[in-house]
Amino acid sequence: MFQALKNFYHKLGSYPWFYKISGKVIPFVGVLSISLIVISSVWGLFFSPTDAVQGDVYRIIYFHVPAVSVSQVIYYSMSIAAAVFLIWRMKMAGVYIKSLAPIGAAFTFIGLLSGAIWGQPTWGTWWVWDARLTSTLVLFLFYLAIIGMQSTFASRKSADTAVSIITLVGVVNLPIVKKSVDWWNTLHQPASISISGESSISSEMLIPLLLSILGVYVFVFFVGLLFMRAEISTREQNKEWFKKLSSNS
Amino acid sequence: MKQHRLKRLYGVLFIVFCSALAFVLVYFAIRDNVNLFYSPSDLFENPPQGSNAIRAGGLVEIGSLKRSTDSLEIEFIITDLKKSIPVNYTGILPDLFKENAGVVATGYFDKSKMSLEAYQILAKHDENYVPKEVKKALEK
Repeated sequence: MFQALKNFYHKLGSYPWFYKISGKVIPFVGVLSISLIVISSVWGLFFSPTDAVQGDVYRIIYFHVPAVSVSQVIYYSMSIAAAVFLIWRMKMAGVYIKSLAPIGAAFTFIGLLSGAIWGQPTWGTWWVWDARLTSTLVLFLFYLAIIGMQSTFASRKSADTAVSIITLVGVVNLPIVKKSVDWWNTLHQPASISISGESSISSEMLIPLLLSILGVYVFVFFVGLLFMRAEISTREQNKEWFKKLSSNS
Repeated sequence: MKQHRLKRLYGVLFIVFCSALAFVLVYFAIRDNVNLFYSPSDLFENPPQGSNAIRAGGLVEIGSLKRSTDSLEIEFIITDLKKSIPVNYTGILPDLFKENAGVVATGYFDKSKMSLEAYQILAKHDENYVPKEVKKALEK
């Protein structure tokens, strides 16, 4: 078992292997993610019940929660990749961070924007400097820093090293984003979905919400693979294996 | 793990540790301003110094909301179920503002009367989502 994992880890570092496997997986996850997003959106917008307190405006939850949730998960995974890059010098980890950062930034932005649009009719303001909103903005700025740093180095290796370090610096912010609503007085309410206990959102609303979260996760997997392939083809365009591949097709 | 990799692992842990330390120091520097609002108990224990605007937050006490008949002026009491602060406000209210619901009021605090002259009212809703029909059925 351990040996199989180790083999998989070594294969993961191989560009040709990744390129081949990802090409097979992409159509499948693409179709799956788009259908999950369509189903959960239609379910959430038209079929889930109206909320007793907020009315229909709460339906933006089906976009807001998946976006902010995936933006945090992407950052955690990028931090793991950063540690892998710094310790094992695995080049694929650099590719991973470079490809996923814009996706994470986009979803953090969608989360901030949908939150503002939701806040205006319910709270009475687009923005307030409470701990949850501010720490999420900090997360967005870390993504921007990571994206910006990519092009400030002459060599790929030093860029990947510097970016890995800045990614690790930002990981400390993630527990703050998560726990801010419990530690301090905020305008943002605490979490409604609980993994360990009972969720405070009724199951008729929870099921489409979980579907929409799953849909966005699979979508990120799909777009992530596409971006990583694009990045690999940029980095490896003069390599023998890649030329052979492109001349065959 | 090989020696040189172990060394790099320590490097990685050191980066995370330094970053965490920086975040903690920043937290100690801004500790008094991390909370978005004061609860009524905070205001009684530690009345704010100076004349800057502050935020008070809690629940709108049941039965305390008084609306003026000829203007947008309202009066209500913010409570945290231990202490309470009367609030005055003139203006438009968010849709979710009502009695027994969460509220955050920004304004000038009068220490002599322990009351707040608010210029902004925000509604704070909780994390519970219940279908309208279910709530109606429960209330019957």
